[in-house]
Amino acid sequence: MFSRDSWKEIFETIQKNKLRTFLSGFTVALGILIFVSLVGLTNGLQNTFDEFFNDDSTNTFFIFPGRTSMPYKGYKSNRQIEFDNSDLADIGKNFSMFVQYVSPRIDRSGLVKYNNESNNYTTRAVSESYQFAEKTIIMKGRYLNFEDVKKKAKYAVIGRLVEKDLFGNEDAIAKYIDISGSVFKVIGVFQDDGGDDEERRIYIPYTTRQLIEKNTDKVNQIVVGFKPEIGYAGAMAFDKSLDNFLREKKYISPKDQNGIYIRNVMDQYEQNQQFAGVLAIIGGAIAFGTILAGIIGISNIMVFVVKERTKELGIRKALGATPRAVVGSILLESTFITTVSGVFGMILGMAILSFMGDKLKDYFITNPYINLGLAIFATILLIVCGAIAGYIPARRASRIKPIVALRDD
Amino acid sequence: MGSNSLHVLKGINFTAEAGELVAIMGSSGSGKSTLLNILGMLDEADSGDYTLDGVPIKNLNETKAAKYRNKFLGFIFQSFNLINYKSALENVALPLYYQKIPRKERQVRAMKYLEQVGLKEWAHHLPSELSGGQKQRVAIARAMAAEPKVLLADEPTGALDSTTSYEVMDLIQKINDQGNTILVVTHEDDIAHMCKRIIHLKDGVIEKDEKVTQVRASQYV
Repeated sequence: MFSRDSWKEIFETIQKNKLRTFLSGFTVALGILIFVSLVGLTNGLQNTFDEFFNDDSTNTFFIFPGRTSMPYKGYKSNRQIEFDNSDLADIGKNFSMFVQYVSPRIDRSGLVKYNNESNNYTTRAVSESYQFAEKTIIMKGRYLNFEDVKKKAKYAVIGRLVEKDLFGNEDAIAKYIDISGSVFKVIGVFQDDGGDDEERRIYIPYTTRQLIEKNTDKVNQIVVGFKPEIGYAGAMAFDKSLDNFLREKKYISPKDQNGIYIRNVMDQYEQNQQFAGVLAIIGGAIAFGTILAGIIGISNIMVFVVKERTKELGIRKALGATPRAVVGSILLESTFITTVSGVFGMILGMAILSFMGDKLKDYFITNPYINLGLAIFATILLIVCGAIAGYIPARRASRIKPIVALRDD
Repeated sequence: MGSNSLHVLKGINFTAEAGELVAIMGSSGSGKSTLLNILGMLDEADSGDYTLDGVPIKNLNETKAAKYRNKFLGFIFQSFNLINYKSALENVALPLYYQKIPRKERQVRAMKYLEQVGLKEWAHHLPSELSGGQKQRVAIARAMAAEPKVLLADEPTGALDSTTSYEVMDLIQKINDQGNTILVVTHEDDIAHMCKRIIHLKDGVIEKDEKVTQVRASQYV
């Protein structure tokens, strides 16, 4: 049944029945191609979702002050809430079992100069622990440390692109730059996966910023890093009690939507993951449907092929073909075509996915890929189902009396 | 060769000797095609015995029938029944394929029979490129390729004009001259008289079984 001779016979049949070969091959190749692409794109989408967060820590709250929208405890409405250094200390003190670090964040935009080069950058005044929140990666030199903050040092850590813009090929370390009229020594250069904007930033100690601004103790925003081991539920509880604490301290009505806002990165991450999960389920369902449609398609074609060949099979039977030989030749032919085209569709799909890479990043698809095992499984499934679908009509055809088949025109 | 009792054939009993050229005649509905199909194991008889070359042909399953057909019988059909996507040579070689004869030898043997029917030059043409007479000659070559005990021809000239019919009959006569046993179903009197024996069927029974003086087809060609 699998002799070299029967293969030759099958190749001849395939060669001389191009339409039929094309139809069944195309169905299978297309089915697999779409399946692989869909699964790959869904995975690419998931990658993008993951990437939204992987340049920042997820165990973080960003606390933004706002303007109250309702009167509370004798205070008027429309009051600007401000945080100061005592709030940083209070959070650390009251929530010590949750808190890993607390950092203020004061953003100022201004002209930065080095020799003849100058440009506008955002200078972000933070404490040394802010590095964890942004997952800042130090390329050379070092990040701010506790001593810098304590001594209100005029040190700056600049982004990779700031160095490139201002220094060209020169090494920025230990050079002095002018930030809005104050001179800072560059102690480090960083990179960040968050993109170009984040690499055009300058970090300085918040205490230094406060000193420059008439020795104020105000801070813009507060970043709280909590211990990762408290988990999602712990984070949600901490979020709630931190909100209550701050509202009480700052006299903001519990019902006021505008007085204060806590951005819970972990909560956002969870929701994001859920969204990505739902997308994955939808994508998976469509991909499964495609395989199903492919199976139905190949089954249809097999029925058609056998029907079309009824007379030929009758002739072959009259010439001495056994039922086994008839079934064997139909199955071998169809399995050969579906295997070749299935593998072709699979490889083409995977090639397309790997070719895409980052090219579709604007459409939220990053590095689409498919698990090789899944791709092979789908291909084999389609081939096996095609063979089963071919077997049923082939068996019927092999049992048909030659004389009936011969009359079939 | 057998006896039958059914709706179409109602008791038929005859024996054909090796080397005979028998015509089975009858108007349409006389049961001649049914008889031939039973003899060819293409169709099954409800009852009766059929012995071919000393082998009782009964209780056949599909596989066994296929092997017997391949070994004992060669078919020549009115509508040629060539496989349209295979060349003349490949068509002739097909019964040998089912005998599991190696490809090289198949080609050689098939070519020999094609030469015998005078179509060596047409070996690599598709059936669609051949005339009706040529197609039937390819079919005859194919029927002979497996070297069967009996050739069964069902209205072999039915689709051909008279000149071509005589050419085909001439070929059949020559094959018979070599000692092959041939049964020809026909409703044409002149074709029947080119055989050596005529069995007349009517309403499913043998009306007349006569030996005749063979008219050589070559004189018309």
